Amino acid sequence: MKGWMGRFRALFLLGGLALVLSGCGNPYLSALQPKGEGADMIMDLMILSIVIMLFVFLVVMAIYVFVLVKFRQKKGQEDYIPKQVEGNRVLETIWTVIPIILLLILAVPTVQYTFALSDTTPETQEGEEAENAEEALWIDVTGKQFWWNFDYRDKNVQTSQDLYIPTDRRVYIKLSSGDVIHSFWVPTISGKMDVNPGKNENEMFIQADEEGVYWGQCAEFCGPSHSLMDFRIVAVSPGEFDQWLSDMQNVDPEAEPESEPAREGKKLFSENSCLGCHAVGSSPAMMGPNVTNFGDRSKVAGILDYNKDNIVSWILNPEKHKPGNQMTGNYTVPSKEDAEKIADYLMSLSPSEIGPDDAKDDDYIKPQKDEESDNKNEENNEAEDSDENTNEEQSEEE
Amino acid sequence: MSTAALEKQGFGATLWDYLTTVDHKKIGILYLLGGGFFFLLGGLEAMLIRLQLMLPDNELIGAQFYNEVMTMHGTTMIFLAAMPLIFAFMNAIVPLQIGARDVAFPFVNALGFWLFLFGGLLLNLSWFMGGAPDGGWTAYAPFSIWSPTHGFDFYAIGLQITGFGTLMGGINFIVTIVNMRAPGMTYMRMPLFTWTALIASVLILFAFPALTVGLFLMTFDRLFGANFFVPEMGGNEIIWEHLFWIFGHPEVYILVLPAFGIFSEVITTFSKKRLFGYSAMVFATVLIAFFGFMVWAHHMFTVGMGPIANSIFAIATMAIAVPTGIKIFNWLFTMWGGNIRLTTPMLWAAGFIPTFTIGGMTGVMVAVAAADLQYHDTYFVVAHFHYVIVGGVVFGLIAATHYWWPTMFGKILNEKLGKWTFWLFFIGFHLTFFIQHFLGLMGMPRRYWKFLPGQELEVGNFISTIGALLMAVGTIILLYNIVKTTVSGEKCDSDPWDGRTLEWSLPNPTPHYNFKQLPLVRGLDPLWIEKTQGNGKMIPAEPVNDIHMPNNSFLPFMMSLGLFIAGLGFIFRTDSTMGYIGIVAGLVIFFGSMIIRSVKDDLGYHIHKEDLEEEGAGAE
Repeated sequence: MKGWMGRFRALFLLGGLALVLSGCGNPYLSALQPKGEGADMIMDLMILSIVIMLFVFLVVMAIYVFVLVKFRQKKGQEDYIPKQVEGNRVLETIWTVIPIILLLILAVPTVQYTFALSDTTPETQEGEEAENAEEALWIDVTGKQFWWNFDYRDKNVQTSQDLYIPTDRRVYIKLSSGDVIHSFWVPTISGKMDVNPGKNENEMFIQADEEGVYWGQCAEFCGPSHSLMDFRIVAVSPGEFDQWLSDMQNVDPEAEPESEPAREGKKLFSENSCLGCHAVGSSPAMMGPNVTNFGDRSKVAGILDYNKDNIVSWILNPEKHKPGNQMTGNYTVPSKEDAEKIADYLMSLSPSEIGPDDAKDDDYIKPQKDEESDNKNEENNEAEDSDENTNEEQSEEE
Repeated sequence: MSTAALEKQGFGATLWDYLTTVDHKKIGILYLLGGGFFFLLGGLEAMLIRLQLMLPDNELIGAQFYNEVMTMHGTTMIFLAAMPLIFAFMNAIVPLQIGARDVAFPFVNALGFWLFLFGGLLLNLSWFMGGAPDGGWTAYAPFSIWSPTHGFDFYAIGLQITGFGTLMGGINFIVTIVNMRAPGMTYMRMPLFTWTALIASVLILFAFPALTVGLFLMTFDRLFGANFFVPEMGGNEIIWEHLFWIFGHPEVYILVLPAFGIFSEVITTFSKKRLFGYSAMVFATVLIAFFGFMVWAHHMFTVGMGPIANSIFAIATMAIAVPTGIKIFNWLFTMWGGNIRLTTPMLWAAGFIPTFTIGGMTGVMVAVAAADLQYHDTYFVVAHFHYVIVGGVVFGLIAATHYWWPTMFGKILNEKLGKWTFWLFFIGFHLTFFIQHFLGLMGMPRRYWKFLPGQELEVGNFISTIGALLMAVGTIILLYNIVKTTVSGEKCDSDPWDGRTLEWSLPNPTPHYNFKQLPLVRGLDPLWIEKTQGNGKMIPAEPVNDIHMPNNSFLPFMMSLGLFIAGLGFIFRTDSTMGYIGIVAGLVIFFGSMIIRSVKDDLGYHIHKEDLEEEGAGAE
């Protein structure tokens, strides 16, 4: 898809326009600093449309300034009566035809890209077996007031708030809502798509060019804490992703934490029936965020810095942080000591060595296709790592 | 019953006169007052929004209250400020421009106003009765169906009542313009403002029923347990979006086309030139209206309609840029070679051209369906539609306020204060909204109660709030100007701007029957023709005769009050038995008034020829 439009962008990159735009905003939030296939394509369209529109604007402004300066009433000319012109067929034809041509130039890539971006038929790359298409990674995304759940289809893995994806391929997502309409938007990766309740489910693909922790947001109004329904996409290299997936598949929800407070926290977590809403492991409770890998979260509740104080504060008074959330009033608020123990337990939930930090380093680990099929022997994870860690630098661009 | 006699009446008598009036000029003033009040209210809500978003992680107002303010800002500005203000000028000016003595249905005209006012009051009562609607002015289901307060009940019923009024107004103006033009006023000699009023009325006629249907379904969902928009009960929430936007997109053109008409009048008058490419302008207006009905789904590119629907709506939307571009160039070439006087109304017209061009450009950008996946529901879109609606409609309305103040009130608004208003508002506007394009692209979705620190959105939001404060100062100066002119302004000449159209041929103050003798129209810009080819006065098309005028009536007020009470009853039906009493009482008043109107003959009255000759007003 990147053919001529990509070259066009390069041209205007030299022209400086794209350069100016790409200086705007936070590099992991701004749509002007695309780091994924969808956002890249849209950036091309944006620049094309801005260039065309700037051209039109300059023409209008040139005439406008000239007219206002030249034909403004001068002293002593108050009684001057200008010629009453009816029109000019040639001029009127010109400013009808030229815009039509400009719009046609814009319309062609618009249609082309609209189709390309909505294509969720898994791609088959050349030189790979056809069954790869069937092995495409599908994630069922559910939006709820005011958090996100990610269910790795047929993989028996669920997470909430942090969506792990590999950087080497498109990941396909299906969007549905558990309550009102939300919208899934990660500006640096791709455009947004509405998350509708009921049968109006949507599909899209996401693809990250490079590793990183990308900010995602809810973009369709959904309630008091609409502005706080943040999530993250953690894009890691394919090897790291494979390891994370197998770690998550092999998580033992019953495993006892090491430290004493955390062990007590675990007890409290089940005694207070937190488990009724917050699953550990891949069970599809989905009442509240899944906490299987809570120890690796990049943020608390998607918005607060990740530390114990904030977790305790959330447990004691979620309403303070996210007004209108579904947790408030639906659980027995524990004492501060108990909340701290629960926080200790939650922070100990780290089934995988792969976390947001791995998305921030430059380690590129190749996929482990062979091992994937028989990942039942989880013990030799460490061994596998040292074998496969060829720590190759990510090759720049295609 | 001449206006001169009315002016000597006491306050009570004047009030009663306005409560019962069926005179289009007075109804225009009522619309101006009502719309102006709601404009200030909506502006206050806008200021709260900007103050909340001035700083990151701000806790100035709570999330729930913010959502109510944000919802009511949009709803108020569109339905209760922009629409009635457009109607204010349509009422005050269109009958004068076509050489008519009133609108076709004066009684219905009054009813339309009172329905608007009571609907708007009902909607705003929600602030004091449990909370305003809180789901955005678009009221997307199922959020709006599930919202726990009565807010959306007020929304559905209040807008329904207001909508009845608008629909009646639209029909009234179609009939008036089609049937009541003065001799010689052919369609292609009508001033552009009248043309755009006609087209906007046609749009109202076809667009508002979609809203009516949507609001009825919403009312049934919320008040009577239906499930049209509730997905788990087999409803479909997307249908609301379609219904809303089938109304909502033409609504943009209902607002902006009359504004185009206003600018066409202002630019021709102050350039002292005939409108360049008049027939192209008319054709472009019709074309915009026609396309306006085929693009509603461009508000829904992210809903998941699929690439085929998205592409079709994208191309249709882009097509609208062509007639709009034709208009921009025609205005520029009307000014070209003219003798331009930069009075306050002309300043607003001059400010409008670049502002609206930017709004149109971003409009084409958001029409690019694939790219809209990034723009949609962000501050980019917020910036875009404020450039269109403030830069087009509000600039137009303020220009019209200054331009037609002499026609409506017989005085000229202070020019110096007018220019202060313009510059503060214009600069404030661009400060507020230009930066918002970038905020949106930098990842700030709209309807956000707060943004978090560390997202590099701080500077943009702060600048935006400063701009909003400037706009507020500009508006306050405009208000001061109006008060000052009303209190101490001097009566002006009947044609202070050297106008070209019929409304400037009338004496100041305009008699309540407008034209003693209907004028003969000899071409486009009829007064200008008489000024350059005749003696500067309209030639009468008829001898002085008895004039048939309608009687005042209090029934429109009573009917609207009845619906208002019944509406409150429906909203609180489930809470208390008072609700049922309200429903019955309200409907009795409403239908009772209708029966009185139907049964009692009201044939109006005649102003006799002899009296007219004595007064000596009108065309001579």
